[in-house]
Amino acid sequence: MKLTIDDKQVTAKPAQTVLQVAQANGIDIPNLCYDPRLAPSGSCRLCLVEIEGQRALQPSCVFEAAEGLVVRTNTDEIRQIRKTILELLFSEHKARCTTCDENGKCDLQSYAYEYQLDEASLGAGRGAEPAPNYTTGNLALEYDPNKCIRCARCVRICDEVQMAHALTFKNRAAETEVATAFDIPLNDSTCVLCGQCISTCPTGALYDRSAKGLCQAKDMVRTRTTCVYCGVGCQIDLNVNPKTNRIVRVTSEVGCIPNDGNLCVKGRFGMDFVGHPERLTTPLIKRNGSFEKASWDEAIEVIAGKFKKIKSETGPDSIAGLSSAKCTNEDNYVFQKFIRAGIGTNNVDHCARLCHASTVAGLARAFGSGAMTNSIDEFRNARCIFVIGSNTPEAHPVIALSLKEAVVKHGAELIVADPREIDLVPYAKLHLQQRPGTDVALINAMMNVIIEEGLTDKDFIAERTEDFEKATEAIKEMTPEKAEKITGVRAEAIRQAARIYATAETASIVFSMGITQHTTGTDNVLSLANLAMITGNVGRESAGVNPLRGQNNVQGACDLGALPNVYPGYQQVEAPDIHAKFEKAWDRKLSARNGLTVVEIFHAIEAGFIRALYLMGENPALSDPNLSRTRKALEEVEFLVSQDVFLTESGQYADVVLPAFCFAEKDGTFTNTERRVQRVRRTVNPPGQARDDWEIVCDIATAFGYRMHYENASQIMDEIASVSPIYGGISFERIETVGLQWPCANKDHPGTKYLHKGEFKRGKGKFHPVRFKEPAELPNKEFPFVLSTGRLLYQYHTGTLTRKVPAIHQVCPTGYVEIHVQDAEKHGIGDGDSVEVSTPRGKVTTKARVGTMVARGWLFMPFHFAEGPANMLTNDALDPIAKIPEFKACAANIRPI
Amino acid sequence: MTSSRDKGLSRIADILAKHPANRGSLIPVLQDIQQDFGYLSEEAVAELERRMGISANEIYGVATFYTQFRFSPPGEHTILSCQGTACHVRGGRQILTELEQRLGVTAGRTTADGKFDLERVACIGCCALAPVVAVDGKVHAQVTAKKIPSIISRYAGEGNFS
Repeated sequence: MKLTIDDKQVTAKPAQTVLQVAQANGIDIPNLCYDPRLAPSGSCRLCLVEIEGQRALQPSCVFEAAEGLVVRTNTDEIRQIRKTILELLFSEHKARCTTCDENGKCDLQSYAYEYQLDEASLGAGRGAEPAPNYTTGNLALEYDPNKCIRCARCVRICDEVQMAHALTFKNRAAETEVATAFDIPLNDSTCVLCGQCISTCPTGALYDRSAKGLCQAKDMVRTRTTCVYCGVGCQIDLNVNPKTNRIVRVTSEVGCIPNDGNLCVKGRFGMDFVGHPERLTTPLIKRNGSFEKASWDEAIEVIAGKFKKIKSETGPDSIAGLSSAKCTNEDNYVFQKFIRAGIGTNNVDHCARLCHASTVAGLARAFGSGAMTNSIDEFRNARCIFVIGSNTPEAHPVIALSLKEAVVKHGAELIVADPREIDLVPYAKLHLQQRPGTDVALINAMMNVIIEEGLTDKDFIAERTEDFEKATEAIKEMTPEKAEKITGVRAEAIRQAARIYATAETASIVFSMGITQHTTGTDNVLSLANLAMITGNVGRESAGVNPLRGQNNVQGACDLGALPNVYPGYQQVEAPDIHAKFEKAWDRKLSARNGLTVVEIFHAIEAGFIRALYLMGENPALSDPNLSRTRKALEEVEFLVSQDVFLTESGQYADVVLPAFCFAEKDGTFTNTERRVQRVRRTVNPPGQARDDWEIVCDIATAFGYRMHYENASQIMDEIASVSPIYGGISFERIETVGLQWPCANKDHPGTKYLHKGEFKRGKGKFHPVRFKEPAELPNKEFPFVLSTGRLLYQYHTGTLTRKVPAIHQVCPTGYVEIHVQDAEKHGIGDGDSVEVSTPRGKVTTKARVGTMVARGWLFMPFHFAEGPANMLTNDALDPIAKIPEFKACAANIRPI
Repeated sequence: MTSSRDKGLSRIADILAKHPANRGSLIPVLQDIQQDFGYLSEEAVAELERRMGISANEIYGVATFYTQFRFSPPGEHTILSCQGTACHVRGGRQILTELEQRLGVTAGRTTADGKFDLERVACIGCCALAPVVAVDGKVHAQVTAKKIPSIISRYAGEGNFS
């Protein structure tokens, strides 16, 4: 489609508006109510243009481009009209730029300059304190009606993108203002504090409350980096006041991959931990039971000396290291290299063991690769999305936006299988509320229906897979009626779900901890792989099996070999040729035996086999199951090193504590859940004597007798690329602007959007027979409830970061247990009452939250809170293959106190 | 046994049954609810959100656009202070000011004790009697600021507004 804009011949894509075509061709048309994430509203009238043949000027943001249009964007008439519109806007905008935080990045301000508004038309500023409104007293954001130009972008983004439906315009004409329904305070509304409204506001009317007065936009230095919270890997811009070396606020650019400028409450407001006064600033050595400040030389000497002594006495396998999914790829690579080549053991693992070990094990067996098969932006176009055991809106909020968009804007059919009534349920066609730990029965029954009704993809099964027949027996046994008895889900609902999934043109499975954190975690994953293969829903765009990874860099930590059975790039420790390759690359004899996993390491400490433990950025004293046992092990272990940004619960047990950089002080990379390797950039100066994790490890290694030295993180990535084929083509240079998705074999490889196209990584997709097994611990007379644990939107893991952020902490400052209203009545428990939750492993006091989030007979607790640690209660029974503990189901009791 | 809440909800269901089930019915539904309940409560709007699939923020936005809707229970008595041309030239503005001061509320609001709604209106069609104040439909003619306390006390019961 060709048209002419300002005498320039341009080409338009279908469905583009005149404004979009102009922008794509470098022609600037002023606008205030336009945001590419929103349906255009044409309300600010600033983008009016002259179009030949049209009687009046047309708003270019809603006028669709068409063949042969002749458009003029900047005539004298148009400029005069725009000037008048701006003057009218300024009659409502009663504020002065001089004291406004947005000064320097405000659209209204720059147009006022561009159109040379008279000083007189700028109106009079009102006082600094905005009139009381729906944000009064909120710690995250503030609305100032005096700066508001009523463009409705905040209201629209809340409705159209976030779908939180918290905001509206109230009243009319000059009295119009943004408000919540009935003007209730924001925290009492359906707001999720994502701050998208701030991100789209073209003036300073909406702003981060904590950022007010700390630096004007014009003076801020912005650095693009990757968010440190969940595995979505949102690209964020840290806005720093260079005079104070402080992160003032977080912004994100519309159009960036993978989040398109969208962020959640943690990414937007959760950076207060960076410059927090409690940050560790110097190494600490415990002497006579208390920590004393020490020099780096001293601390490294103690550590290297102790490691040497223990290794010489009882061998390298009596030392273990826990790497971190919070640290960069470079940190993880260096850490596991030190443990493997320096110490000489494969006892290296990290918290992925507690989240997706079963995914890595299961999908590697079925497909040959244990990662998300598709990319985040492919969800938008999936025709069916089957979310099972993923509370996406709380744990991966920005991915949840794509899921909702798929349903609301593109008509996808959503099936949610979850014991809890999560916030995706209102968007779902079906909610299958299975009893915790009965996923295999549910999935097998769906496949039973698919086979029974002839909905399988026979060609796909024949050409792309093997061992289908071996899997069918277990499937045929599990009729929907039988599954109804086990899962509590109606047989008819199972049938409907199976039909929707099997007949959709593209169906995508989304899963997370609800599937993996079981003693049958690997089985659960294998049966999901079976379901995808039986219907041919893998290896295509928008069709696949998608585990959402929890930590910002848990994908990377796994990729880089912080696992006891694989070297970087999932190369098997016990494969002789691989072993030989790494002995050569690292110039050391390496152990040919798989090491121990997280929970096994703690059990081995108990048994006296492991004497020293090196923690890099891990906090097992809160994150691991059966805490009293874990904490006892931390106390018992002969030598414990904790290298972290804060003195954590685990750090308290350490013999030596080392202060490390946090992500905002590091250069490096994180790999997000869609396998995208993205840059992390140094933004602020680190506190005190803190150092980069990989540098600390290198110094310890060198003192230990294995020389490790790198000039910078980029050099480490080059070494990673040389030993790990899936990262073969990755370098800092190539990911400067947009990250690359592995596998990326060489410097010319464009990265891989979705996996298993044409052929599975392992050749043929492999069906595994999977039979339903009950969870390790079932309810009984003494402990009649099933207890599940999980994450909240407003906290993160052990709370080390989020509990230092008032804007986040205001919403859910402490733990609770969810109980069904009828159970609560029966036990005499009211909403907000103090209760004691107990399991065979321990007791925890917390508050009851009575409702219908969980069904009868079940309890749910978030695990973030040190003062009511859910993991005192959880079961450390392990999946036999992946060694992941069963966080999601154990027997429990509850009583009022 | 049904609670008053359940009764309220079933009245809303009855109202909805009278209108076509689409977004276009929102305003007539809101009018009927106000007619029935006297105002639009948070509970009523939440129920509409559930039944009509229109979110509460949007309903509130629509309703606040029109002056006819109110969001708190109406007062026991409604005082209309006329500001039409005839009343205006004969001192209607001073009468409204007096009412506002005596009742302690601005026009458009309800007194804290829920006794009175004070409204300003453009003309109630009896200009010969100007300036007028109408209470619960009864027109008080040729009102002066001095007469306001006695008019109020006639409706105020024990309350002391003078």
